[in-house]
Amino acid sequence: MRFYEFEARQIVERAGIPVTKYGFVTDAAEARKVAADIGGPTVIKSQVLTGGRMKAGGVKFADTPEEAEAHAADILELEIGGHMPKGVLVDPKAQVKQEYYASVVWDGTEKRPMLLFSDMGGIDIEEVAETHPDHVGRAHFSNLIPFSDYQAKQVVAQTGVTGRQLTRIVPILTRLARVFQDGDMTLAEINPLAELEDGSFVALDAHMEMENEARPRQKKLLADLGIGDEETREGHEPTPFEEAVAAIDAADHRGVIQGKDTGFHGNLGLVIGAGGGSLTLTDAVRSQGGKPANYSEIGGNPSVAKACGLAKEVLQKDGVEKIAVMMSIVSNTRVDIVARGVIKACLELGKDPAETIAVFRIPGAWEEEGAKILSKYGVEFNDRTTSMWDAAGEAVEKIPS
Amino acid sequence: MSILINEETTFIVQGITGREAVNLTRECLDFGSKIVGGVTPGRKGRDVHGVPVFDTVEQVVEHNGGVAPDGSVVTVPPAFTKDAVLEAIAAGVKTIVIVTERIPRRDVAQMVEFADMHGARIIGPNCLGIIVPGVAKMGGVGGPAKDAQKAYQPGVVGVMSRSGGMTTEISSTLTAAGLGVSTAVSIGGDAIIGQTYAELMPLFEADEQTEAIVIYTEPGGRMEAQLAEWQTENDSRLPIVAFMAGRFMDEEEMKGMSFGHAGTIVEGKEDTATEKIQRLEAAGIPVVERIDAIPDAVKAKLGDRA
Amino acid sequence: MSDTTGIFIDVEISAEAAGDAELARRLEEVCPVDIYKDEGGRVGVVRENLDECVLCELCVEAAPPGAVKVKKLYDGTTLER
Repeated sequence: MRFYEFEARQIVERAGIPVTKYGFVTDAAEARKVAADIGGPTVIKSQVLTGGRMKAGGVKFADTPEEAEAHAADILELEIGGHMPKGVLVDPKAQVKQEYYASVVWDGTEKRPMLLFSDMGGIDIEEVAETHPDHVGRAHFSNLIPFSDYQAKQVVAQTGVTGRQLTRIVPILTRLARVFQDGDMTLAEINPLAELEDGSFVALDAHMEMENEARPRQKKLLADLGIGDEETREGHEPTPFEEAVAAIDAADHRGVIQGKDTGFHGNLGLVIGAGGGSLTLTDAVRSQGGKPANYSEIGGNPSVAKACGLAKEVLQKDGVEKIAVMMSIVSNTRVDIVARGVIKACLELGKDPAETIAVFRIPGAWEEEGAKILSKYGVEFNDRTTSMWDAAGEAVEKIPS
Repeated sequence: MSILINEETTFIVQGITGREAVNLTRECLDFGSKIVGGVTPGRKGRDVHGVPVFDTVEQVVEHNGGVAPDGSVVTVPPAFTKDAVLEAIAAGVKTIVIVTERIPRRDVAQMVEFADMHGARIIGPNCLGIIVPGVAKMGGVGGPAKDAQKAYQPGVVGVMSRSGGMTTEISSTLTAAGLGVSTAVSIGGDAIIGQTYAELMPLFEADEQTEAIVIYTEPGGRMEAQLAEWQTENDSRLPIVAFMAGRFMDEEEMKGMSFGHAGTIVEGKEDTATEKIQRLEAAGIPVVERIDAIPDAVKAKLGDRA
Repeated sequence: MSDTTGIFIDVEISAEAAGDAELARRLEEVCPVDIYKDEGGRVGVVRENLDECVLCELCVEAAPPGAVKVKKLYDGTTLER
């Protein structure tokens, strides 16, 4: 899950990393007050969970509190990448002498966190790594032994930074590494980390992402930041279909279903599984010219009600007349239970299963029983001798787009 | 022969009294595996399908005359997985299959680091385990013994897959084509896993039965790039064929979304399907578009070498 | 005894068994998908759960021969003992 900049700012601040005197506000009049408090020129920054806010006009500079108020009013109304801002951050316009970059990320190959540092901050780190590799320091560190200052020192020294700058930056990096570990972050980034004209260092912008799986054990931090369980912080707003499927899934602990339709615009309803099978089948449908109405996943041996619920949601999508029910060979999920669920969905919607279920291809556990159920309702059963590719091809053929 | 497990391998099931673990125990016993004990804290003295249950792994070792079991299948809730795995490693267990999903990465990284320190190997998390057709299986891979036998016949192809279900789909296709499977490993669907393709390659390389490798891959992460590098640097005797699922995720509208497994979220250019396919093919690893095209691709590769 | 059924599954309990308080308790206990309910000493059937039946036959085995029948409406066969 992603944090807003003002939250990330709070997270680094709590960890003892210096930040500027800033304010997060949700209306323009408050922005004016904060700007007056700060005194001097300010920056007004839109708080959205998407990139490109500078380009979109979501960051503006103000010389006076009045100007800050006017900018805040504009930015609060400005939609960026489909998102309305949660508020604005009012920050002093810092007198920056030098910008640095610091972050901690996971390295899946090394299976360890990696600390990254550069004395060329403020710009895209991947670009710096390509064009000026000698200006990027990096090191992996242990998850069993607590992070120690010397590890940060080595990373800073790799870039040639020395003197008072080095001794000031090291404790900041150590704290950042600890924020990353203690907070179960997948990304903890300060960019730029600024050295001000007076020689002090502050985190001017921070970007934090926490692993969703760790949310249950990070309840305290999340509560302190005022983030409730209901805030999923997905990269996109869930659609009504996605919300409906998630609700059906949450209502029953047996099995797992998932449904997504963001980015899908076709009319071929997909009731498919499991994780890898769904990816494979979605590709196979598209490669053969089919236009899926949605993506879905069935797994973990769901109840009849759950399979039925998913199929009903797919069938109730605009333009969807027929569904293709397909999975890779199942060993835990049962063919007969899924067959019952999808047939029930058709019947409850007043549709003929034989007409509505264009393809049924789920080989594996309880397939004999599944075949009997399907045959009663005139739906053809495909076993493992029909490949996933061919099943998808049949779906494309039978469901004209 | 096989990799990771063989007909002698003994293992335990941690969390054995859970609903899925009871099934898995039955399936493995029916398939011929040697399960020498189970652990569920507070349930000592019970048995699951004839397998004695203990409170600690140490008790199992004691029960077995001081000999640590070779492996453990860990199927406990995410909040307790790390502790269970550390316990097994500390007791001398060397091969650990973690079935549990939704374990935070920090925990996974700690388990892997601890395993490395003790010369142990972790498969998973979020996986279905290891199967050697006709010999043994460690984990739920393939399902009940009679279903597993249908999909898995002994043969020459080593299978590694980030998807548990697709491990069986691919193996079934290889079995139907008469190629069969030497060992199939469901390596796990998470962003960080104990053993990547490249890390298991030397084991397959040393296994005489294995003549070719098939991998199932997805967007997300760097482990295909790592395999491509391994294949380029090592003069392997084993041809590799890959299948890449989730090509649709490269679409602009899908950016930043995660489908299928936790590991599929695409974060950089290097981990998209398109980029991975290029890398694999540049390393001489053909990437087929259909599962049913895998056997012919393997046969073509084996023909090239003959 | 059933006036409505599931689409796929129905259960039939003999008149004699339906009033068996001990059986009512056991059926509620063994069924993994909550098809049976102990209704004050009588065997009750939760009709909305009928289609969730996983064909485990635990109910058939828990009851005396002939007392409980699980009917598969899709192929006309019955699980009984």
